[in-house]
Amino acid sequence: MYESYVPLWAVMVSMVAVVPILLSSRRPNLREFWTVGAALVKFGLVLSLLPGAIAGRIAHVEILQVVEGVELALRVDPLGIFFALVASGLWILTSVYSIGYVRGLDEKKQTRYFACFAVCLSSTIGIAFSANIVTFIVFYEILTIATYPLIIHKETTEALRSGRKYLFYTLTAGVVLMAAAAWTHRLAGGLDFVPGGLLRGVDAPASTIRILFLLFIGGVGVKAAIMPLHAWLPAAMVAPTPVSALLHAVAVVKSGVFGVVRVVGFVFGPQVMQSCGVDQALMVAAAITIIVASIMALAQDNLKMRLAYSTVGHLSYVVLGAAILSPEAFTGGVLHIASHATMKITLFFCAGAIYVNVHRQNISELDGIGRAMPWTMGAFAVGSIGLAGLPPVNGFVSKWYLGLGAVGAGHKLALAVFLVSGLLNAAYLFPIVHRAFFRGSNQYEGEREASPLMVVPLVITALLSVFFCLWPNGLVNLYDLAVMITGSVFGGGL
Amino acid sequence: MIDQNLPVLVPVLFLLAALLAPLLGQWRRGLSYLVALLALLVNTAVALYSLYYVVVNGIVRHKFGGWVPPIGIEYVLDPLAAFMIAVVTVVSLVVLVHSRQVVKVELVGRDVPFYGVVMLLLAGFCGIVVTGDLFNLYVFLEISSLATYALIAAGEKPAPVAAFRYLIMGTIGASFYLFGLWFIYNMTGSLNMADIAAILPGICGETGVIIGLLLMVVGIGIKMALFPLHGWLPDAYTYASSASTAFIAPIGTKIGAYVLIRILLYVFEPGYFSSQIPLADVIMWLAAAGILYGSVMAIAQKELKRMLAYSSIAQVGYIGLGLGLANPLGLIGAVLHVLNHAFMKACLFLVAGNLRVTIGHSDISRFDAALRRKMPWTMAAFTVGALSMIGIPPTAGFFSKWYLVLGGIDRGAWIMVVVILVSSLLNAVYFFRVLENAYFKPALSMDEAMGDYDHPDADIESFPREEVAPSMLVPTLVLGTGIVLLGIFNAFLVSAVIRLMVPAGL
Repeated sequence: MYESYVPLWAVMVSMVAVVPILLSSRRPNLREFWTVGAALVKFGLVLSLLPGAIAGRIAHVEILQVVEGVELALRVDPLGIFFALVASGLWILTSVYSIGYVRGLDEKKQTRYFACFAVCLSSTIGIAFSANIVTFIVFYEILTIATYPLIIHKETTEALRSGRKYLFYTLTAGVVLMAAAAWTHRLAGGLDFVPGGLLRGVDAPASTIRILFLLFIGGVGVKAAIMPLHAWLPAAMVAPTPVSALLHAVAVVKSGVFGVVRVVGFVFGPQVMQSCGVDQALMVAAAITIIVASIMALAQDNLKMRLAYSTVGHLSYVVLGAAILSPEAFTGGVLHIASHATMKITLFFCAGAIYVNVHRQNISELDGIGRAMPWTMGAFAVGSIGLAGLPPVNGFVSKWYLGLGAVGAGHKLALAVFLVSGLLNAAYLFPIVHRAFFRGSNQYEGEREASPLMVVPLVITALLSVFFCLWPNGLVNLYDLAVMITGSVFGGGL
Repeated sequence: MIDQNLPVLVPVLFLLAALLAPLLGQWRRGLSYLVALLALLVNTAVALYSLYYVVVNGIVRHKFGGWVPPIGIEYVLDPLAAFMIAVVTVVSLVVLVHSRQVVKVELVGRDVPFYGVVMLLLAGFCGIVVTGDLFNLYVFLEISSLATYALIAAGEKPAPVAAFRYLIMGTIGASFYLFGLWFIYNMTGSLNMADIAAILPGICGETGVIIGLLLMVVGIGIKMALFPLHGWLPDAYTYASSASTAFIAPIGTKIGAYVLIRILLYVFEPGYFSSQIPLADVIMWLAAAGILYGSVMAIAQKELKRMLAYSSIAQVGYIGLGLGLANPLGLIGAVLHVLNHAFMKACLFLVAGNLRVTIGHSDISRFDAALRRKMPWTMAAFTVGALSMIGIPPTAGFFSKWYLVLGGIDRGAWIMVVVILVSSLLNAVYFFRVLENAYFKPALSMDEAMGDYDHPDADIESFPREEVAPSMLVPTLVLGTGIVLLGIFNAFLVSAVIRLMVPAGL
């Protein structure tokens, strides 16, 4: 542990950038410069913390007392930096993509859009680096509010209705989480995230632990879209596509599953979970979510809706990975945070590129689009392969560890869920690729790729997906980090 | 030397200003405002210094005319009193600066008496807070009530009726208090709080003491608008001038809450009302009912000020609930909420005032997205206040709820925890309804408003800026910023100041 303000700057840089973004609202190029600049600086700051985290030196800063006895504190542990790397890295690409998207569609309120995006990223990194539950809640709630203007961006009746639904779910989750935190505070006397479990060794009856666990999962489970708390996510697809891409495939929903991993590994810990049997309950919920969401995805004709249900399913991969309570599955779950991020953001980028270019949202209308937009649909194919869990895309790696863990822990059923879900993924994604390239239709004759501002980011994310399959530890040591996280959580043994 | 006189300074200065403001106003109209402003500036400085002094040096007692209590009247500044005075003066100062323009619009020609009455109101409030004598407290209670009647009556057409209703209710409340005090005096032979506190433990089982206490609590409950004694509040807040409401709403009911805390925790033994008689439970359940009732009723309102009025009933419930929990964290939550809610409600009522001055009404259903263009800063302040009422960190509202929830868990009062959480969501319902209208409801274009329906959705950007004058905007923004700062620095306040108010034995 060493004190460093770098984590604070990493959180604050995009919050500060909001000011110049708002001030340069009449000069779009300057405004976008601030966004991209903030994204680059943020990623650079996060990256600069990586070597220390790998070496086991944890950067740490206490800012002030947030409530009596609890500091507003940031700590860059392996799990935190893992998530921060994914979110801040993909923000750079999303920023570039956003510029192409909002200008391509000539969206209104672009300044508000970029400003809210910046606040969202600040709070996401804040969530990643939170050292205790109260700090986590502070950033978690800021994220809730900052996402709202992005969801209702179009300001249509439908958008407002979705916004209301979103607020209903997330604000309820917020107060539930607050109750859980307060109760934990009274039980454990502290609120720090402790690898292996804050509540380990706390003398409390099993029934108390069970209710508390339910509250925590209720709190983080909404953003993690665990069924039946998922309904806001498909509704939120009314948002502009880059929002769906970064927030509803990476930052917001991953804050939810990140929260689940924190709760499982750092608040309750494997031992307490197992002794109270709550791991079984979480496993069942996650397994049902995976299967049901995949089936529901099959029924969607709207591309973004299909991707949304797919996201619901894949988020629960992470939840299931955490709930299995075996080191391999835990590693796989953590890795899937990154894998799903790169794959799903690719797919959403593709959906957005199609929408901007030919204004189509329904899968049934996409016959032959691959011939007009080969790069876009090529990238889409890569993402699809990955989500089905096939090599050479990184979805395969995380799923491999998830499967290993399921077998190792003797949960045959969990393994079956992963396999069946893989098939379902193939069933709802491959036909899109098939339509795009092999269905005869010349309706897109003369159409070209979308602007390079959109195509380049989506090709990069597709390449990253492949890259992280071939070199899971490449560039940013994601694999090492995942192993370190698992090691810290399971270090005390089961 | 002056330190020993700190307790007296604030109410006396206000009384003096209450005299001077109308007198000098006869000579030059503008002077009445200046007198009021000057008095408030000085008193705010004194109040903040007193708070600092008391926190560092401990309780200050002032014996009026050198008479030793219990014969003489004693003024006492302890952390709780100093804190309350600071809240009252700081919030009032901001509201006073704001009120000048509102008075010009809503109380035409009545500005001179207005400032005089406001000074009287503040003299009453501050007197209630510093006095160490239960009968003297009654006197100040009446002073503040009289001022309140006058302030409420000077408003819209139905205002005199609302004021009359409050007059009746307030008088009943005061009578209950006085009647209860008679019992206590009868049993103890004293009116001095410290003296009574010393005598009571020996006789606290006597029926007379219990009856006296209950009567007093009912009387104060009316002043505090504790459910179900809140009937006077909605009309009074709605029909009074925005300037008056902004003074009464943020602090008026809190003074009632203060008296309740003072009597239950300082005059009586702290554990008395929770362990010897089941009074704490009654207060807690009534408060919980009030929270739900106020929130649900707020959802049903169409007018912003009326919605805020019902919301006030709910928010006073938080304070009552924290007190009813009868444990340190509950009290901390209650006291912190006195401060937080004063800022939040003041901010929101100032916004209501800004709206009335600028667009002439505060009908929620008539708000539309043109507002975000016309008055971006006012609406930003409203958003911050609303988020704080809902309890989104890092705004202040989150943190008082945090301590209340902790207190609820300590007490094992799970239903209370649920009530607090549910009410957050109800707050979200009625505040987001307003926010949705003010930010996203399609606006009628200028043409359309004049009967030309060719351009359905007006371009929001085409509306001109109509933000209020700086003298109104700055106070609104100061409070909005204050809400965030109070949230961020709440832990400091709690450990440095509010902790000192927890009496031993609670």
